[in-house]
Amino acid sequence: MSVLKIENIHKRFGKTEVLKGVTFEMNKGEVVAILGSSGSGKTTLLRCINFLEKADAGKIYVEGVPVFDAQSKAKISAGQIRKNQLNFGLVFQSFNLFPQYNVLDNVMLAPKLMAKERKDYKANKSEILAEIKKDAIEMLTRVGLEEKLQNYPCELSGGQQQRVSIARALVLKPKVLFFDEPTSALDPELTGEILKVIKNLAMNKTTMIIVTHEIEFAKNVADRIIFMDDGVIAEDGTPEEVIDNPKNNRTRAFLNKFNELR
Amino acid sequence: MASMTTWEIVCNLFEGFYQNGLIFILTLIMAIPLGLVITFGSMSNFTPIKILPKFQPIKWVSKTFVWIIRGTPLMLQLFVVMYAPGMLFDIPIKSRMTAVLIAFVINYAAYFSEIYRGGIESIAKGQYEAGQVLGMTKSQVFFKVILFQVIKRITPPMSNEIITLVKDTSLARIVGIAEIIMSAERFTKSGLIWPLFSTGIYFLLFNGILTLLFGYIEKKMSYYN
Repeated sequence: MSVLKIENIHKRFGKTEVLKGVTFEMNKGEVVAILGSSGSGKTTLLRCINFLEKADAGKIYVEGVPVFDAQSKAKISAGQIRKNQLNFGLVFQSFNLFPQYNVLDNVMLAPKLMAKERKDYKANKSEILAEIKKDAIEMLTRVGLEEKLQNYPCELSGGQQQRVSIARALVLKPKVLFFDEPTSALDPELTGEILKVIKNLAMNKTTMIIVTHEIEFAKNVADRIIFMDDGVIAEDGTPEEVIDNPKNNRTRAFLNKFNELR
Repeated sequence: MASMTTWEIVCNLFEGFYQNGLIFILTLIMAIPLGLVITFGSMSNFTPIKILPKFQPIKWVSKTFVWIIRGTPLMLQLFVVMYAPGMLFDIPIKSRMTAVLIAFVINYAAYFSEIYRGGIESIAKGQYEAGQVLGMTKSQVFFKVILFQVIKRITPPMSNEIITLVKDTSLARIVGIAEIIMSAERFTKSGLIWPLFSTGIYFLLFNGILTLLFGYIEKKMSYYN
């Protein structure tokens, strides 16, 4: 069964229709890269799936369970919204770390707040907190930041900040982890360290959707590439199919432009 | 009165300054939280907060209130609070101090609310979104992520406003509170002018201490940028 299924998502901002009916599904452990020129709707799609924008039409299912239905009038409780939200993790282009907390606290904040709602929190407080800390340090070690636990975000490079934000998303164990152009705000020499982390996650079968402009990277790391154009999916297939033998004219034009730039 | 020693005059002025200090501290304690309530009113349709319901009239009422309070002199507001209840509704205000505090709290809450609003609106949307995708509730995002960043940003303008409040307390004399300037003026009537001029020292010292305090707070919060 698919872990994520998107059905006919539409979204408009004022008069501009940004998403004109996007449908796809993905399996557990799959890594999907979304390519497309600026304005094709990649980021809006990610934001709609992550409930940062409300789609005007369409449905979203996680493991077959509907988590969003634009037509439904039923009121969803705040608790349910959060539960739906936690199916997904999102790594932003601009990191969005919390500047007043150090690296470790950035990663631990959400798990700590969530633990407070557990019924056994008062009884086992110290064990629960120790567990959260252990998980957080483990994640930060995985992204190579075990030396930086006590540093504040402003003391880190962009690449390090982005790795903290990946650890912060991972520690909540999302079913699908989304990346919104994770290297676009970074210097070329810093993108490598992020791509390495993502590649590592891919090898560990983390289910991911990556919006990126790094075509070479997408080809290397993704099992599947979706090419978006003008609010719809223009092409969807293996990297070989989409990048090496594009069927769609727009895909071809987009890839040619990239090749010319190199 | 002319027979008072210098020390007695200084002590007398100090008693007057106690009134200024009292107005200052009580205004601060009440206006700081009230300002936040007005902010939530003015920002009731600001999506990341929405602590009050999204209801246009609330925003409209708050904005009009701020406009009136900021748009008229505090001295006039003092007169209105002091005399209007008695003249219009036949319920005179019994304590002058109560009238002064009502006027000061309302006035400063309106100013504080605009400083808060500026601070809250200056926090990047990404901070709210990061909190949301990490599964935090709206109030957790506000209290655990946003509030501290707002406090750091508004400390300099708040210091400014609070120092202005110290000096504004002397306006209380117009409704007959024996604050320091009123106390000092009594000496001028008997030909003694220095006590009036010396009141500046009390204000300077008090504001000097506040300046050091705010500087310390700003430094404490400067561990990140």
